[in-house]
Amino acid sequence: MFRFLLRRLLVAIPTLFLVVTASFFMMHAAPGGPFDSQRRLPPEVERNIKAKYGLDKPLPVQYLNYVGGVLHGDLGPSLKYQDKTVVGIIAENFPTSLRLGLSSLLIGVSIGVALGSIAALRQNSGVDYGVTTFAILGICIPTFVTAPLLVLVFAQMLDLFPTGGVSELRSYVLPVATLALPQIAVVSRLTRAGMIEVLHSNYIRTARAKGLSEQRIVLGHALRAAVLPLVGYLGPATAGIITGSLVVEKIFGMPGLGKFFVLSALQRDYTVVLGVVILYATLVIGLNLLAEVAQAMLDPRIRLS
Amino acid sequence: MTGAVFAPGSRKAPAMMEAARGRSLWDDALRRLSRNKAAIAGLVVLAVMVIAAIVGPHLTHFSYDHIDKVDVWTPPLTAGHLLGTDSLGRDLLARLLAGLGVSLEIGVVATIVSLVIGISWGAVAGYFGGWLDEVMMRFVDILYSLPFTFFVILLMVTFGRNFILMFVAIGFVQWLTMARIVRGQTVSLKQREFIEAARAVGLSGGAIIFRHIVPNLLGPVVIYVTLTIPDVIMTESVLSFLGMGVQEPLTSLGTLISNGASEMELAPWLLIFPSIVMVATLMAFNFIGDGLRDAIDPKER
Repeated sequence: MFRFLLRRLLVAIPTLFLVVTASFFMMHAAPGGPFDSQRRLPPEVERNIKAKYGLDKPLPVQYLNYVGGVLHGDLGPSLKYQDKTVVGIIAENFPTSLRLGLSSLLIGVSIGVALGSIAALRQNSGVDYGVTTFAILGICIPTFVTAPLLVLVFAQMLDLFPTGGVSELRSYVLPVATLALPQIAVVSRLTRAGMIEVLHSNYIRTARAKGLSEQRIVLGHALRAAVLPLVGYLGPATAGIITGSLVVEKIFGMPGLGKFFVLSALQRDYTVVLGVVILYATLVIGLNLLAEVAQAMLDPRIRLS
Repeated sequence: MTGAVFAPGSRKAPAMMEAARGRSLWDDALRRLSRNKAAIAGLVVLAVMVIAAIVGPHLTHFSYDHIDKVDVWTPPLTAGHLLGTDSLGRDLLARLLAGLGVSLEIGVVATIVSLVIGISWGAVAGYFGGWLDEVMMRFVDILYSLPFTFFVILLMVTFGRNFILMFVAIGFVQWLTMARIVRGQTVSLKQREFIEAARAVGLSGGAIIFRHIVPNLLGPVVIYVTLTIPDVIMTESVLSFLGMGVQEPLTSLGTLISNGASEMELAPWLLIFPSIVMVATLMAFNFIGDGLRDAIDPKER
């Protein structure tokens, strides 16, 4: 286990390094710069600004400076927002994204597991078909379709929730629902498949033969094995939620990091874009690793090599 | 469409099929597929969509970029606009057909890009094995663990909103799963007798891969293609939604939905019709993909 972790970390670090390098050069290869605006700056002024941020140096030097900073936990200053650092921007905006992502993941998994188990226990019944249909719909309908439709129905026609913002708890309901729907769909599908398989296994037959109640069989024995594949889904789910939050934050006008990323990419705010990429790449790589370890700890059949 | 997809497969591997004449692997698959109602419905919907996207623009009364300063935000079924008009008085039906065409085009072209990269990568890694396999697949693992959308956004920003580059950028992040599938299949294929025979005859590695291994990968590849196309369409739409996709006056389903969402209080039809077409298209592809998987690979059910 220890050796596995060590090996994976040895891969993860160069991976992150690769991400930083690729993003850095891609970003700087983009036409235009952070200080292009409608008003042309006088050349001296532009030169001074560039010198202030070290953008006048050759690209390899800039790269080394940047990487040096990152290694010290310094993601640099924002080029567009004066007197703000990238770390500050992340600290300010990430909590909203995190709250959004975590609550939709939590809701997605709990409702998904419940629906999937119920469907599996009543296989081929009306409930089962209902859940399966819902799952297909949830997978096929993209977030940028559900979000405006939810706003149209629940915010504008029924006036139950606000159309955007983060001022009150209620304003999180629609964004979280939008992000949770596809999660519920995928999780219920996985749980249903896992549960059906487990219910046919020998140890469940043993439990039945022992005379355990159906409730104890399902909750105490079957569920645990049935949700095992879900752990591996943690990585992809996070990636999906991060992508989804780009859309959701835009539609609901939430001050999250996803919105900042898109804006910064368009404005060539190099340091902010790189900072967000580093944060999210670390998050996804870390969670993938965590998922792998957790899976192996829960399932003795999986060997880490 | 199915005929065209399946025909080469049944001809390419005559040795395997000879034993059970009249009920080859593909005949069997086709029979199972034709009994799958959801898949057939998906095929019908998709056929309608493709025909509409190709023929439709020639039949509509208005051009997709025809601006009409008077008939702005016309509701459906008025003033000769079947689905109404948008904020510039452009006919929604014409724009929907044009956007559908663009989305399908991006879906197919980007999938072909991912197909070419994925198959070559996976087949080479799987066939040669050893350290080459280790290095190539480790690379895929690394790319796999990255937040893709961010990379596509960076690519789009870097190379500008160029139509062709969008195909390439999306295709470029979609080939990973294909490479994994193809590698797995190749590893098991290369131990079969006919590959050994080809090697005994003295064929080179490249010739074996592209003449003997790749044609036999058709099954899983076909399944995966039908699942990649909707994925690509979705990615393109997310980009368009974020304002980095297809540029005006050209349009795509994602752009239409994005515009519709911003005007939905005034003109809900601008959101609703494109959404319906989008969801119907995605569902059609998913049903066909699931149907093909059940038909070609019954073990996986």
